[in-house]
Amino acid sequence: MPTLVSHPEEVKIVSSRFGKGATDIERYIELDGYQAARTAVEKGADWVIAEMKTSGLRGRGGAGFPTGMKWSFVPKQSEKPKYVLVNGDESEPGTCKDHLIFLHDPHTVIEGTIIAGLAIGAKMGFIYLRGEYRYLLEIMEKAIADAYAKGFLGKGIFGSQIDFDIISHTGAGAYEVGEESALMESLEGKRGIPRIKPPFPAVVGLYGGPTVINNAETIATVPHVLRMGGEAYAKIGSERNGGTRLFCLSGHVERPGVYELPMGYNLKKMIYEIGGGIRGGRQLKAVVPGGSSTPVLLPNEIDIGMDFDQVGKAGSMLGSGGVVVLDETVCMVEFALRTIKFYQHESCGWCIPCREGTDWLKKTLTRFHAGAGVAKDIDNIRYLAENMLGRTFCPLGDAAAMPTIAFVKKFRQEFEDHLNGKPCAYAKQKMQESVLV
Amino acid sequence: MADVTLTVDGKKITAPAGTLLIDACRKAGIEIPAFCYYPGLSLQAACRMCVVRIEKIPKLQTACTTPVAEGMIVATDTDEIKQSRKAMLQLVLANHPLDCPVCDAGGECELQDMTFKYGAADSNFVDVKNHREEQQWSPVVYFDRPRCILCYRCVRVCGEGMDVWALGVQNRGVSSVIAPNGGDHLDCEECGMCIDICPVGALTSDTYRYKTRPWEMTHVSTICTHCGDGCKTTLGLRSSSDGMEIIRGDNRDKSGINGDFLCVKGRYAFDFANHKDRLTQPLLRNAEGKLVPASWEEALTFAGQRLHEIRDTRGGEQIGVIGSNRATNEESYLLQKFARSVLGTNNIDHHRTADYVSFAKALAGQEQRAASLREAETAPAILLIGGDPTEQHPMLAWNLRTNVRHNRARIYVVNHQEIKLRRQATSFLKISAENYSAFTRFLAGEENSIFGAEATALRETLATEPNLLVIFGSELRGAAIEALVRYGLSLPDTKFACLGDYVNSRGAADMGLYPDMLPGYVPVQQPGAFATEYGERFPAAPGLDLPSMLDVAARGNLAALYVVGSNPVHRYGVAAASLKNTFLIVQDMFLTETALLADVVLPIANLYEKAGTVTNTYGDLQLVRKAADRAGVRTDLELIVRLADTMGADVHALVPFGQGTRADMGQSRGAQSGEADRHAVWLAAQNLEPKLSPFDPSALLDEIQRLIPSYSFSRLELFAGNDQHVQATSKNNALVQISNLSQRPDGVLPSMDTLFTSGTMGRYSSKLTEVHDSRNKEILVAAN
Ligand SMILES: Cc1cc2nc3c(=O)[nH]c(=O)nc-3n(C[C@H](O)[C@H](O)[C@H](O)COP(=O)(O)O)c2cc1C
Ligand code: SF4
Ligand code: SF4
Ligand code: SF4
Ligand code: SF4
Ligand code: FES
Repeated sequence: MPTLVSHPEEVKIVSSRFGKGATDIERYIELDGYQAARTAVEKGADWVIAEMKTSGLRGRGGAGFPTGMKWSFVPKQSEKPKYVLVNGDESEPGTCKDHLIFLHDPHTVIEGTIIAGLAIGAKMGFIYLRGEYRYLLEIMEKAIADAYAKGFLGKGIFGSQIDFDIISHTGAGAYEVGEESALMESLEGKRGIPRIKPPFPAVVGLYGGPTVINNAETIATVPHVLRMGGEAYAKIGSERNGGTRLFCLSGHVERPGVYELPMGYNLKKMIYEIGGGIRGGRQLKAVVPGGSSTPVLLPNEIDIGMDFDQVGKAGSMLGSGGVVVLDETVCMVEFALRTIKFYQHESCGWCIPCREGTDWLKKTLTRFHAGAGVAKDIDNIRYLAENMLGRTFCPLGDAAAMPTIAFVKKFRQEFEDHLNGKPCAYAKQKMQESVLV
Repeated sequence: MADVTLTVDGKKITAPAGTLLIDACRKAGIEIPAFCYYPGLSLQAACRMCVVRIEKIPKLQTACTTPVAEGMIVATDTDEIKQSRKAMLQLVLANHPLDCPVCDAGGECELQDMTFKYGAADSNFVDVKNHREEQQWSPVVYFDRPRCILCYRCVRVCGEGMDVWALGVQNRGVSSVIAPNGGDHLDCEECGMCIDICPVGALTSDTYRYKTRPWEMTHVSTICTHCGDGCKTTLGLRSSSDGMEIIRGDNRDKSGINGDFLCVKGRYAFDFANHKDRLTQPLLRNAEGKLVPASWEEALTFAGQRLHEIRDTRGGEQIGVIGSNRATNEESYLLQKFARSVLGTNNIDHHRTADYVSFAKALAGQEQRAASLREAETAPAILLIGGDPTEQHPMLAWNLRTNVRHNRARIYVVNHQEIKLRRQATSFLKISAENYSAFTRFLAGEENSIFGAEATALRETLATEPNLLVIFGSELRGAAIEALVRYGLSLPDTKFACLGDYVNSRGAADMGLYPDMLPGYVPVQQPGAFATEYGERFPAAPGLDLPSMLDVAARGNLAALYVVGSNPVHRYGVAAASLKNTFLIVQDMFLTETALLADVVLPIANLYEKAGTVTNTYGDLQLVRKAADRAGVRTDLELIVRLADTMGADVHALVPFGQGTRADMGQSRGAQSGEADRHAVWLAAQNLEPKLSPFDPSALLDEIQRLIPSYSFSRLELFAGNDQHVQATSKNNALVQISNLSQRPDGVLPSMDTLFTSGTMGRYSSKLTEVHDSRNKEILVAAN
């Protein structure tokens, strides 16, 4: 089990039960568990959705879509069954928060799923775990079985007339199935490729039924929102960004780890105070603010509040909460290569720009970093990425293009320095540990 | 649906609501490039070539997935869009082998065309392309991975179109690859649709690959020679040492009745024409009883003189004639006219694969009740009794599947076997093979049910289906057909289709290759106009049908038998000795079981080597154009005329060619090219007299149209290449009486062909045989 970190500035809500043995259902109940679900059953869907809207909770999966609003899009009447999907595919490099939730507090996920189901009128929920999280499935399955045993799941939950079932499932190791429609394909037993939208999942989702899909952290937050009340939750965060979120601080900081901080928390402060500054007193070179797909920020761009709007204004994205800190020893060409390698490997291959674009970016960057670059490569890298951006079938293509464009734009000199057979200046002082955690 | 109006590139266009933007644009003459979009197949949005800008939407949108909307403002040709398309092409080309100079698709490649248009000729990529070796997946299908642009058309046409689902995508990302269902090989219907639909040269066929460049071929559109569906095909021809050789068959221009569909036979089984055993010289039986080569002069003179002599000494009733299911209408018409008016016999028949006579009788006096093949794609509901379209009528099966996919048509299948089409069926009722007749009576309400509740429910459901299309197989004959038609006529607007097996089986029937029926199902006993048309030799009494002719011959009482393009000895299991007292003339492409017994063998051209018309089993009449050519063979039409000529008959009376013009018996080849036909139409339109040769089929078509009322259609449409639907009967064609001869149990003998067989001819197609054998091997392996 990974060691848990802590910092006094943290506001522990989702992480409040971490390390407290809450995988045990009795312990979870002791820690106020299943109260929110019980209240939701009593007060009904409209109340739940209203509280969610007030809370200002925005999806923690990356796009930051307001959760209450998403739920309200689901049609009330539907011929086909409705579903709730919990997206636990967590694969964006730099992101490792959902993992902790499953590990320490699986019942909140169950409780959140029940509430979401209640809100949209679904009778079934699926918890989809990343393929590489197979070992968490046991924890999840035990928790589900315990919840059934208590009558929190199954027929007539919490003594009401409402039925609700949950099934947990793992992927087979593909980043792309984290994309909501690809996840549905995968869950239906098909190849993990995304679907054409519209129709959107809220109307036509899993098995053709209206479906709400939320990130695991979003879902885990839901019971807390109902417990505290939407208004109280909203107050914790910044404007239009309610509450807290789990920030995964990694890279060259003294104290890396997952910290729960209010939305809008200052990035610079996060690195220097929470993270204890750059390791070994070195100079900061760059920060990737929200997982590997978000454009890199320069040291002079990090005095910003970490919420969806402020990071967006700074030209990047809050994304999945993965903050990757890079110090002066990092070769940005190599970092660009490492990033694109990931997307090349994870591209589902469905559409031309992403399938071919990521592969040619990888080929070009590999050769380029090895010292065989030619001048036109630099523009070509940018040209490739710019022609992928906004033209791919799903956002994975953008996720590969956006950071690449930023690397070339903000670190062009480093690229130039690799030309003419010059070896990478950073190769010698290269550190033992890999750049990405 | 209501129309919506939108603006595209400043132009106002209207389209029905729900239309995809790409279709609406294309219809309005605005080109939208596309690789993955293919009309009729599911949407992919994978190639991103069709991107357009729609006002108020931040990102470029794919026109192939966006439905039109009222007031939508679209731009399709801005610099941004051009750049995007160019970039997509650059990306595709980056891994593309660019072996265009040797690629089958070179010159017909959508990637080449788009590159030409969007100018992605420059590339900044310097790294090595990914490569994989070419693979052979089946006797016909080859896959060249590096050329594949992953448009998924093949996957969809095989799955959605063919319901075979033999292709899929393996791996992910740049390693994604189209893969066959057998792991390293295909286990499929070998239709070649995947090859045909591939926009590039990634899928290629064994029959065509690396053989030629498209622009070095001549292209002639004609009709497939195999099954009774009569698909239009465009043959690719190349001159060979002894004629014009077919090297490709497809219908890529989607013209004609079948769109782009062809099955394995239409697409690949044309190689029988070049089989090493093809006869190219007449053969005569010599004194030692051996068949030896002879000149045309010798063979025709000998055959004509013997026929003349037999007719004059023993009488026409001692002569039998067996016609073909694969000859043109003109040839079949001519053959029976020759039999009746020159040989003086009604002993004429053909291998019947369906009971068209009973069908015509049942529909007598009805109009517009026989459905075209096209209607299988549009009818809201279909009752399919008997038959196995997937195996025997692949084009019909395609239309039925398409109809279900696109229009949610309801198909009700009644069969004694679990035919594949039950997968598309709303309901499937299994009855035993002996019960078809009882079932039709049950439907007609003329018999108490021996069938269960399921059948009763089916009958009730069918009663709620207006515009039902009733399709029946050769299991139904005689009274069963009549009962079925009676039943159908009791419902509103029902239409019918009778399934027969070969390309011109219906034509053979319509043209009167019957001992008791004249062209247009006119009974011999009430010949009407035919009495004067066919002159004084025309006997008044019906003749012998095919099995009877063989019986009579076996008893030594048939002096001569003239077999044109048929193999009755094989088909009816005739003992060699039973024809020993019969003077046998056989016209065939090969030394078949029948030809082996002949006294005179005349080598003939096949359907791809002549002009005329054929009528498919639904009554769709289509133009056959001369495509291939083979030195040493002649058409049935020419041979019949020449035989009549050597017998001293009046050729002008037989073929109404060029009134007043002298016959030029030397002009056979030019007339067959079809050029004369077209010329004649023009001449006639200018009020000039066409100067035709007696070998010109359109002279016979004149007579057919004059004498068969249901064959009234537009000649202009026909010559333009459009199918013309003819009915089995017409109102003024009152069938009075059908002689009992037609009701013999062995009168109808279905061919029992599968997807991979095609009668005697199929055996001479090496490709079809290879596919057939490899499939059998696979079944054996699977069984073990
Ligand atoms: C390529 C790709 C990968 C994604 N991976 C994940 C993931 O691992 N976990 C996740 O919650 N959302 C992921 N998403 C976002 C989901 O599509 C979806 O927006 C999210 O699950 C919605 O949940 P939320 O509203 O709670 O954020 C991914 C999106 C894309 C395009
Ligand atoms: S952008 Fe295209 S290739 Fe990439 S993951 Fe999405 S659909 Fe697949
Ligand atoms: S030949 Fe026909 S059946 Fe076979 S894979 Fe291709 S499309 Fe499918
Ligand atoms: S083989 Fe041809 S049709 Fe199939 S995906 Fe590749 S390019 Fe498209
Ligand atoms: S369906 Fe019949 S007519 Fe069409 S290609 Fe096949 S054999 Fe020929
Ligand atoms: S045609 Fe629209 S994406 Fe391929």
